[in-house]
Amino acid sequence: MAEVRVTVDGVAYADEVEPRMLLVQYLRERLGKTGTVIGCDTSNCGACTVHLNGQSVKSCSVLAVQVDGGEVLTIEGLARDGELHPVQKAFNECHGLQCGYCTPGMIMAAVDLLGDNPDPDEREVREGIEGNLCRCTGYQNIVRSVQRAAQLMKPGAAAPTEQPAPVAGD
Amino acid sequence: MTTTADTGALEVGKARVRKEDARLITGRTRYTDSITPPGCLHIAVVRSPLAHARVVGIDTEQAKRAPGVHGVYTLSDLGGEDVAIPNAWPITPDQKTPQRPMLAKDTVHFAGEGVVVVVARSLAEARDAADLVDVDYEPLEPVLDMEAALGDGATLVHPDLGTNESATWVFDSGEAGTGGSVAEAIAAAEADPDQVVVRRRFRQQRLVPAFMEPRSCVVDPTGEQLTIYSATQVPHFVRTMTTVTLGIPESKIRVIAPDVGGGFGGKIAVLPEEMITVLVAQKLRKPVKWTETRSECMVTAHHGRDQIQDITICARRDGTITGLDVKLLADMGAYLGLVGSGVPVLGAFMFNAIYKIPAYRFTSTNVFTTKTLTDAYRGAGRPEATFAIERIVDELAVELGREPLELREQNWIRHDEFPYTTVSGLTYDSGDYERATARAKELFDYDGLRREQAERRERGDRVQLGIGISTFTEMCGLAPSRVLGSLSYGAGGWEAASVRMLATGKVEVTTGASAHGQGHETAFSQIVADRLGVPFEDVEILHGDTQVVPKGLDTYGSRSLAVGGVAIVHAADKVIEKAKRIAAHLLEASEDDIEFADGTFTVRGTGRGKAIQEIAFATFTSHDFPEGVEPSLDSDAVYDPENFSYPHGTHLAAIEVDTETGHVDLRHYVCVDDVGTVVNPLIVEGQVHGGLAQGIAQALFEEANYDDQGTLVNGTFVDYTLPSAADLPSFTTEIVSTPATSNPLGVKGVGEAGTIASTPAIVNGVLDALRHLGVRDIEMPTTSQRVWRALQEAQGRSTQETPTDTHSPGAGLGSIDPRNPQGEV
Repeated sequence: MAEVRVTVDGVAYADEVEPRMLLVQYLRERLGKTGTVIGCDTSNCGACTVHLNGQSVKSCSVLAVQVDGGEVLTIEGLARDGELHPVQKAFNECHGLQCGYCTPGMIMAAVDLLGDNPDPDEREVREGIEGNLCRCTGYQNIVRSVQRAAQLMKPGAAAPTEQPAPVAGD
Repeated sequence: MTTTADTGALEVGKARVRKEDARLITGRTRYTDSITPPGCLHIAVVRSPLAHARVVGIDTEQAKRAPGVHGVYTLSDLGGEDVAIPNAWPITPDQKTPQRPMLAKDTVHFAGEGVVVVVARSLAEARDAADLVDVDYEPLEPVLDMEAALGDGATLVHPDLGTNESATWVFDSGEAGTGGSVAEAIAAAEADPDQVVVRRRFRQQRLVPAFMEPRSCVVDPTGEQLTIYSATQVPHFVRTMTTVTLGIPESKIRVIAPDVGGGFGGKIAVLPEEMITVLVAQKLRKPVKWTETRSECMVTAHHGRDQIQDITICARRDGTITGLDVKLLADMGAYLGLVGSGVPVLGAFMFNAIYKIPAYRFTSTNVFTTKTLTDAYRGAGRPEATFAIERIVDELAVELGREPLELREQNWIRHDEFPYTTVSGLTYDSGDYERATARAKELFDYDGLRREQAERRERGDRVQLGIGISTFTEMCGLAPSRVLGSLSYGAGGWEAASVRMLATGKVEVTTGASAHGQGHETAFSQIVADRLGVPFEDVEILHGDTQVVPKGLDTYGSRSLAVGGVAIVHAADKVIEKAKRIAAHLLEASEDDIEFADGTFTVRGTGRGKAIQEIAFATFTSHDFPEGVEPSLDSDAVYDPENFSYPHGTHLAAIEVDTETGHVDLRHYVCVDDVGTVVNPLIVEGQVHGGLAQGIAQALFEEANYDDQGTLVNGTFVDYTLPSAADLPSFTTEIVSTPATSNPLGVKGVGEAGTIASTPAIVNGVLDALRHLGVRDIEMPTTSQRVWRALQEAQGRSTQETPTDTHSPGAGLGSIDPRNPQGEV
């Protein structure tokens, strides 16, 4: 067993874990953070994407012990004080999801993408989220959602904007 | 497209953002694997790595002693030797249906078949212990090729059946009286210099549905009813079939399909693993969970398509089609799935498509191989049919030297000819192929692109342009029960609904349709809001739980709206009828004088009225109630459709092909679909996009490849190349509606349209770009490698032989640079 101390969605945890336990298993099985889901076993689908110290990671490709001392943000911690993150709002407005299974990962990847590139064109969005698979939407409305979120997040945008939740490393 | 403002206008037709999103975008979800009752045990399945082998020894001793292990079971340990996982569609009286066991008995019939299950405190412990199970196999010859499997002396998948042929199903318009004899039509064409006969063989490759949520099942035996949570499209099927399969009384079973992460037909099943989980939970008297890994899913969840299609079309030289003959071989895999045997039959009525074909014959033979089962996958039979007809019509156009759209128009049913009874005996109620086509051509700039194509050909450009056409129709709204009965299907095709008026005026609606991403909660709320005149927000749609919705036939075949939605309308209308009587009493008027509009019952010619919510409260208190009237507004309805519905559309693809590398680029895709009345344009558009992506992926990227030992060689998301966002363009989609006349909503269904239509549009476009270079056909997926090879062969150059049974990567997943297809040639 190894010890892991980590802040997840703003709450500090200290746990003993098996060294082989994956971050996604830790989130789901130990912390009950079932909003983050598992879609494959080869780190291709990105359904389990979360932020680790401000960067998006596939939580199936990170060991729980690796996040010791770090800060993790999952889909469950993205909205603040009942206010949805602009990316969440945009996915709803633009019908960027159907079954919703890829959505937590897709949203977390999109938040990270917009952090790197606040105003991506269509091609940049498509390439930016190519590590996240969706079988329902054909991606068109996901692309639209990400571009809509970019608009919502622009400083001085007409709609009330919520900056991305602050995470360690920013 | 994102308007949500309440304009007071009708809800139906409004682009409402979805209700269900609130939980899905915040992680407040309830997928099956996220449900873990206290004390839940976990199952790992030991699966055969071989396609065909005798099991000669199983050693579970070490596994049984591993930490946390509660049990290790073979089929006989579970007492399951006589249990057969059901097939619900015996397509012929003499169909051969092998017993499909929950775990292999003494022989494994496909790679991935379960042999032993391990049950442990945690999934990790179960998997660790599964590695300690030792199974000895004696390999047998795999059966992989459908034609060889039907040959004399072929190895038999199930020797006790004496054949690898499960059934042959025939429809002949001459015999059915719905048209002429195609044999005569072809013979006449062959003898007549003024007619042509075109014969082609097409291959529908095997596909993996690849829903994003792996399948999962939790069985909780605590309490009086056995509760089965399952990531399924068909909770009601699972309930009834658990009774049929295991003998547990239906009244003791509750099935819940919580949030379900996609299905596309791939979750229409009754799983061996579900039945195993039930038996283990009963045995150990503890909740038990099975969740598959993606790699397990790829080899055990049923696949789709996999047909060889021999198509013959005959026509007069003026372009008039005179007959169509279809001969299919359909690979069932190792056993028959729940409805897999009927998938080719669902296609049988769609090969004639939108065309007036006077003579038609369809013959389909279902074949066993030692591969993963095939069953429904988005479109189920109809994409296969549409591909064949739209490809052969293009081939006919080439043969006759005709413009392919004009040839289609010459043969299609004109808008003034509806209702039209086709050569396969269906009556199409409505449609307007001229209008959809005209609009699609306009959006696409068809004439401009044809000019560009001619110029590029003239110049001999390295990158050539092809224009792909698909003018499709499909049968949706499965299905009139009498039709299913005539096809020997094991159930009806109705759908059930109930509408409950709560005391406070809110409305609870239950539907037997079971959503897994479609947006039922939103679309059905819109329908009810209009019908009852209540706010959209006040309607709650309940589904996916057999204790909440005891009656239902679930979701597949684009049926939820066209059948389930109409059931809701009927139930709502009954509520209004009941409320009218009570309103008359309270308003002291004759029932005949009561009018209902916008949620209010008024006395005709007066300003006096009562809102439906007031009637609901008055019913709740029942203090002042008409005599002899039951104090309830709640109503149930079951709707059995009289006919299918027939969406159609014109899809056009501009395809660029690099003649040096073989790379195919989808430059532009336009589709104009008629899906009848649109309840929610946002949802309809989303369904079309997703459907297109799957159909295009069949044409360009996806194939389940088996090696010569019967191993699926691309059984992970690393190498089964699903398209990523980077692999697809944005599509131009539009709807032109001719309301269906066969149901009161005028809806036709949209879930499968994009998938059915798009595959032939892409392949027709690829070939249209290359035909002048001598390329006649390219099998799907039309990867760079296949296109390049076809070009080399057309130009008489030799290419290094690549075994056809090895995986040829597509350009999907974004992980393979399509412009640099290394290692592909």
